[in-house]
Amino acid sequence: MITLRPRHRFTVPVDAECITPDSFADKSIEEIAALQAWEGNRKRVLGDLFKIEGETSAMQEKVSIHIFEDVSKVRRIGAGMSMGEIVVEGSAGMHLGEGMKGGSITVSGDAGSWAGCMMSGGTLEIKGDVGDYVGAPYRGSTKGMGGGLIVVHGNAGNEVGCFMRKGLIKVHGNIGQFAGVHMKKGTIFVEGKCEGRAGAEMVGGKIIICAYIPSVLPTFTIDTIKPKVKVNGEVILGPFYQFIGDLADNGNGKLFVSQTKNPHLKFYEKYL
Amino acid sequence: MRLIVKNGYVYDPLNSVDGERMDICVKDGKIVEKVDERKAKIIDAFGMVVMPGGVDIHCHIAGSEVNAGRLLRPEDHFKDIEAKTAITRSGVGHSIPSTFTTGYRYARMGYTTVMNPSMPPLEARHTHEELNDTPMVDKATYPLLGDWWFVLEYLRDGQFKECAAHVAWMIDATKGYAIKIVNPGGLEAWGFGRNVRDINDPVPHFNLTPKEIVRGLCRVNHLLHMPHTIHVHTNNLGKPGNYATALETMKCVENLNNGDKPVIHITHCQFSAFKGSDWRTMESGAEEIARYVNRRKHVTLDMGQVVFTDTTTMTADGPFQYILYQLTGNKWVNHDVETETSSGIVPFRYRRKSYVHATQWSIGLELALLIEDPWKIYLTTDHPNGAPFTTYPRIISWLMSRRARKRTMEKISRRAQRRSLLPSINREYSLYEVAVATRAGTAKALGLKQKGHLGVGADADIAIYNLNPDQVDLAKKPKAVRRAFQTSAYTIKGGEIVAINGDIVKSVEGNTIWVDVKLSSNPRTVVSDLKRRFREYWTVEYENYPVPEDYLTASSPVSVKAEV
Repeated sequence: MITLRPRHRFTVPVDAECITPDSFADKSIEEIAALQAWEGNRKRVLGDLFKIEGETSAMQEKVSIHIFEDVSKVRRIGAGMSMGEIVVEGSAGMHLGEGMKGGSITVSGDAGSWAGCMMSGGTLEIKGDVGDYVGAPYRGSTKGMGGGLIVVHGNAGNEVGCFMRKGLIKVHGNIGQFAGVHMKKGTIFVEGKCEGRAGAEMVGGKIIICAYIPSVLPTFTIDTIKPKVKVNGEVILGPFYQFIGDLADNGNGKLFVSQTKNPHLKFYEKYL
Repeated sequence: MRLIVKNGYVYDPLNSVDGERMDICVKDGKIVEKVDERKAKIIDAFGMVVMPGGVDIHCHIAGSEVNAGRLLRPEDHFKDIEAKTAITRSGVGHSIPSTFTTGYRYARMGYTTVMNPSMPPLEARHTHEELNDTPMVDKATYPLLGDWWFVLEYLRDGQFKECAAHVAWMIDATKGYAIKIVNPGGLEAWGFGRNVRDINDPVPHFNLTPKEIVRGLCRVNHLLHMPHTIHVHTNNLGKPGNYATALETMKCVENLNNGDKPVIHITHCQFSAFKGSDWRTMESGAEEIARYVNRRKHVTLDMGQVVFTDTTTMTADGPFQYILYQLTGNKWVNHDVETETSSGIVPFRYRRKSYVHATQWSIGLELALLIEDPWKIYLTTDHPNGAPFTTYPRIISWLMSRRARKRTMEKISRRAQRRSLLPSINREYSLYEVAVATRAGTAKALGLKQKGHLGVGADADIAIYNLNPDQVDLAKKPKAVRRAFQTSAYTIKGGEIVAINGDIVKSVEGNTIWVDVKLSSNPRTVVSDLKRRFREYWTVEYENYPVPEDYLTASSPVSVKAEV
């Protein structure tokens, strides 16, 4: 296990894509301390920014990195990691687990925006809240999350699972607008409320919203009422309105919205 | 600065030098007969190929649509980053590099002159601002005039002289180099959501056919004695069956021929050489086009080769780009409709396993190989439409080696393999022919007297490639060819060494070349007509419209004397 503790409180963003099991594997503590990172516009070595202790391992899958205290200014932790484990005992910054392919990241506090962006595998678990664009692609790209699992225990911001292609995003709290925008495949499961516009321009995949949603986009059509929905084998009891959309894009995505929590959507039932 | 390039294998087709071992002397930015060896810097080019600096005839590197493409594609940039060095600026870009990076990348490949082929006249300032910021290469730009109301009206009324005077004014106002025609009539129709079907379909509201536009502007081009021919992007581009339109476009100016000189340049011909009635039956029309071109002297072409990669398509052909957007469902920009033309931008990925894309790849090479005279067809990718210009070395290796073509052929769509003509073609380009297709031929077609050759008095733009034609069997070693053309051993621009083995060692500003047309009469009626229209219709004043010469950082006008 390798532990990292910030040497000072970061006041400017720190770009530390080197904090991954892949780059720590097979390196001594001194070599790890010599890895490069940016603090604002200054080039630093990791040893300047963090106190690094512990034992290293040559095996990537056994590398376990624990980061203590608040690192919410540190960006791109675990970028591109393929194995091993990162545990953040505090909050993490933006682009957490960017493009990760495997392994796991656990954050006990909050995470910034773009968590798990361009992710294609592995597990990302955030105990607190998370910002916008969870599992989104790079700006302008259409290749969103391509696999893996993201679990958010708190709330998430806007555009969760934007351009999602595969995998599962679970949010136990509430989410913002445009969940699953441009989604192609995969599943977004939301236990809390949604601010609306869920599934805009989606062409496939599943979005499940278990609590209040102010309205469903007019380009979605009601299909049926389902008593339960399955999420990766797990049964979620409903009943749910099942909508199909986004018809503006000839989409065939499924949007499930709780029937009991949304009495204001009752008027859809007459179209069944 | 004095330079001697010693002992290289020189390929200078315009002076009929084919691989002779000789020295090239440079003094004050020009090629000279002899310089004092003690005072000159000597470059040992032993075992290397020496060619004139590359001249690219068609490459979208600047202007409003290129810039809109940059804005549209952040995902294109972030995987391809160039950090700044002591000499170069930082930049990004795979398919649409930022201006400085464009210059550096061309210099690394040994290119020294680049033509930006489409500029909406209203965006001329913007285009020249970007060209000013494109270092390392000499450049020029072609204003789009084929759908311009004034031109259409003059041609409709048969006023060729007035039209010529107006075009001369436009060339001067935009600091342009040649007359560019894109989908004649179609862009004007696109302003109203329509297109023209073929070259005999009249343009809405004008009662004028595309054929008349092409013929009219060809005559205008002749009246003005422009150094280049008209530069035509045909109607129906990118539609199955359009090879017939391309042939008709070439035929329609056949009787306007100007001695042995070409009168029309059909650009990115690959995109205009599709046979078949829809995408399923689409196949190559390269054979028909090659057969026609082989028997004529009035036409030159460029390839518009497709390479399997992720790129961005951008043309002034709005209706075509709209079709492409519908085909791909990708994001797109419909641009410049409010200006004298239109344009569209759609990100695109050419896939090896797609029958249509693989056939397009095959068509480009078939055209280049079936047209016997290398002086008639030049190497381009219509950057970034077919592929980024950085793929030229790969195309050179395909042209020079059957083996390279076969290797790629094995990986493409089976159906495209079966229908392709490439396996039956044995021709392999020699270095001499490559020099024609990439520099000498293009310089000749463009009428650039100082470029594309190494004769005494030419600009000292030289590319030296680390390739020994005596030791390497070029057809058997396509990778060596590709590597050599990817990074020149030396690139010399204006007599100064600017790049060595892929490193930029000096940043130089290239000249902006434009045509200064000297009219023999003072076209008073044309100007008064213009002024009145500007007052009535334009968003800018007549006085603010032209780009003044001092707007160009390094202006290099070419004077021509017009007949009108």
